[in-house]
Amino acid sequence: MTLTETLFFVLGTTVVASPAVLLVILGSMALVARPLSESAISRLTQAAVLLSLLPSLGILLLMLILGIRYVPIELGDWVSIPQEEFQFHLKFVFDRLSVPFVILSCVLCGVVGTFTRRYLHREEGYGRFFLYYAIFFCGIVLSSLAGTIETLFVGWEMVGLSSALLVAYFHERENPVRNGQRVWAIYRLSDAAFLIAAITMHHLTGEGDLGGLMTSGVWPEGTAAVTSGQALFVGSLLLIAAAGKSALFPFSGWLPRAMEGPTPSSAIFYGALSVHLGAYLLLRVSPLLDVSLTLRLLVIGLGAASAISGAMMSRVQSDIKVSLAYASLTQVGIIVVEIGLGLRYLALIHIIGHACMRTMQLLRAPTLLRDYHEMENQMGERLPRDSRTLTKHLPNRFQEWCYRFGYDRAFTDVALDQWIVGPFLAVFRWFDRMEHVATDRLSHESSRESDTIELHPESSGRAA
Amino acid sequence: MPELHFPWMEASVILPLAGAIWLHLNDAGDKALRHAIVICAVTLLLTCGELLDFLTLGTFEAHEHWPFLQAIFRKDVFVVDELSAFLLPLAALIYFVTVISTLRTKAPRFSLKLMLVSEAVLLATFCCRSSWTLVVLLCVSVVFPYLELQKRDRCTRIYTLHMSAFVVLLLSGFALMTLVEPGSNASLTAGALLTGAALLRSGIVPFHLWMADLFEKGTFGTAILFTTPLVGAYAVMRLVLPIAPSWALQSIAILSLITAVYAGGMALVQREARRMFCYLLLSQSSLVLVGLELVTPIGLTGALCLWLSVGLSLTGFGITLRCIEARISRVSLADFHGLYSQMPLLGGFFLLTGLASIGFPATVGFIGMELLIEGAVYVYPLVGTMVVIAAALCGIAVLMAYFRIFTGRSLRTHVPMRARTSEKIAVLILSVLILGGGLYPQPGIASRYHAAMELTRLRQANPLIANPLIQEWSHGSPPTSHQTVEHP
Repeated sequence: MTLTETLFFVLGTTVVASPAVLLVILGSMALVARPLSESAISRLTQAAVLLSLLPSLGILLLMLILGIRYVPIELGDWVSIPQEEFQFHLKFVFDRLSVPFVILSCVLCGVVGTFTRRYLHREEGYGRFFLYYAIFFCGIVLSSLAGTIETLFVGWEMVGLSSALLVAYFHERENPVRNGQRVWAIYRLSDAAFLIAAITMHHLTGEGDLGGLMTSGVWPEGTAAVTSGQALFVGSLLLIAAAGKSALFPFSGWLPRAMEGPTPSSAIFYGALSVHLGAYLLLRVSPLLDVSLTLRLLVIGLGAASAISGAMMSRVQSDIKVSLAYASLTQVGIIVVEIGLGLRYLALIHIIGHACMRTMQLLRAPTLLRDYHEMENQMGERLPRDSRTLTKHLPNRFQEWCYRFGYDRAFTDVALDQWIVGPFLAVFRWFDRMEHVATDRLSHESSRESDTIELHPESSGRAA
Repeated sequence: MPELHFPWMEASVILPLAGAIWLHLNDAGDKALRHAIVICAVTLLLTCGELLDFLTLGTFEAHEHWPFLQAIFRKDVFVVDELSAFLLPLAALIYFVTVISTLRTKAPRFSLKLMLVSEAVLLATFCCRSSWTLVVLLCVSVVFPYLELQKRDRCTRIYTLHMSAFVVLLLSGFALMTLVEPGSNASLTAGALLTGAALLRSGIVPFHLWMADLFEKGTFGTAILFTTPLVGAYAVMRLVLPIAPSWALQSIAILSLITAVYAGGMALVQREARRMFCYLLLSQSSLVLVGLELVTPIGLTGALCLWLSVGLSLTGFGITLRCIEARISRVSLADFHGLYSQMPLLGGFFLLTGLASIGFPATVGFIGMELLIEGAVYVYPLVGTMVVIAAALCGIAVLMAYFRIFTGRSLRTHVPMRARTSEKIAVLILSVLILGGGLYPQPGIASRYHAAMELTRLRQANPLIANPLIQEWSHGSPPTSHQTVEHP
């Protein structure tokens, strides 16, 4: 190993290890019920972010100086069964896609971590927030740098879990918890699509290496080594996974629900990083799009539908965070369209710019009214009202429909509940009833003692 | 056959039996629970000793010489191999953490004597390979929950009906197998009877009603101890896998796959925590069976890994629920309880074990689940994806249960509900194993793969499996009516 390679290895390993160490420390302290102080948590978090950010910048600098475009960091096999050609290879890749994304992740995580230090000061769940934050930070760094689809999946799952738990952060109220549950349900189903895609890719290419998809070249020039049909199948599954993670149409219903979480988590997940992770996945496997025109059209169609519906929904919201969330969806939809059109660098720049701007907007959201007051005071008059001349020319009925469409969140929640969740639960409740009947008959008596258990005193109105 | 340096197995079987007699003869009162904990702890140490001794031998199987059992049984009645070597400590650990997490106030309801006897029977079962001793032990093991149901004055009809069928199928199947020529058509019938018995014991749909009924009517502790060691899967490994042709096993795998998805869906609609746990366990144990029945090295390795993971994680999940029940009685999932502020450690552990049971990354079940999915998709490219669906449904059910029990409202009470020291010990032991096995999985996976290969090799040595025509079926479709099986 040459000196340069050693340097790259040390820096690359530090980037990945730093969030993992943070997670281990915060996780083990929680496990042994020995919570750290707020300042200790904050310092540890800042140190972890810096220890990821600085080596990333170092790698970028070295890559620019040496003119290297692709730096793989091989940490060996986590698990391997050589006889069956099964391996879980720990490989991380620094290239023109992952380096900007991981630097963006570190910067935004650092900003949000610092913001949260004051925002959640003396909150009961301070330690819990930073534990979930550590899971997220670890997940996003793993996802950004993953060189194999399995590693990407690990990071992907960690991001999903931390998102759901942070949505339910204010867990003494029912609403955030129900929303967290919904986010998790959508994530699990889209993750199932991801896992099937990963296994299929294993079978097609004989390895899980994302580089195995390409016959030659590194991102973005690589070409896929699969047939059109295979690309369509794997690509469609990955598109479902990306749609679930980025709240693309028709999964966008969870996005406003996610705003129940604390503002810093909303900013980092749904304004900045998590919501772009689906687009990042599509960028990472973008050579697949070149092979299948149908897949490309699907990506463009999904992006356009998400952008249009997001724009309509964001205009009718009365809550600033929800409005911003839908505005994010619009931009993510446009980014997906750009990816479908093959404008990969544009999409990457769009992600970076949008993530930074949206984080700033969401972090300022709690003080929006004060900001408006200050601006009006400075101007000496009311802020000018938004005049959308185009909408005035639309027929009233169409305008009303658009309003309903936006207000009812593109009817996606209703449709999913009515056509998928409802029938699914109805079928299994029917099975449950049938089992009840069968066991009652076999027992010659009422067989379920659990039917008579008492609800929580508050639910049954017995609370003092 | 290599020999262990100490009669670990016999000692670990006799100790709980002796402990049960001790508890019976000495009315220890409040100290009975403490005595039971010590006995279970020493038994766990003995099984760990057996595992370490076995690993140092570096062999596929080993036996032990001790005059006590040789006087009763023939030689080599207790043989440990790469499959059972890990199951013995797992079973002892399940008993240990269950008994250590039992509250003293609940000890009178949970028969410690029966628990110790059942532990001895379970450990003896895992020490036996295909033999009449194994069959008898499997039959005896079903008696303990029955005795408890009777003691609690609960209806035993459903349990008795299913377990009677299990015993009849098991005895008739094994008797037939010993009487007929290996490789004959009659041996296929014997295999079918044994398969039926194993599926009944595993609770495969539609023979699963006894499981939910046991969780309803028995004590939670007994239900956990009877179901989490996956004795049904052990019966499949010892009695069915060595004789059944691949096509038959792979057909049964579809049944197990359907059970996994069905139970995953049922877990989502339950309104009570015990029943939810029962279906979650059923779904995950069915996935273990799927892997065993795929009869491919990858599938088998995945199943053996998942077996350990399900045993660890769902025991942890179960004992957490049991601890909560001990404090607030049966837990409804129809509403929110907001217990996190009262018991944050148990909340965290509940989430950890639940996630481990679905194979979340960095937990002990992750690689096992990956291998299982890979194996299932390899054998059934489309149907195999149902494993992923089952895992997704279970994942949703786990977080739903977490949210319902620990969040949703602010519960402020002056009654202390925090985890006791003994509960913390149980939580810590399981957490270390779940996370340790997840972060450093290679030794476990290599060992399970080696076990899978050896079991496959032994299976291939069976004349029925080696029959060329059956081999042909195993790689293609079952025979048509005009085809006959030629006796070797």
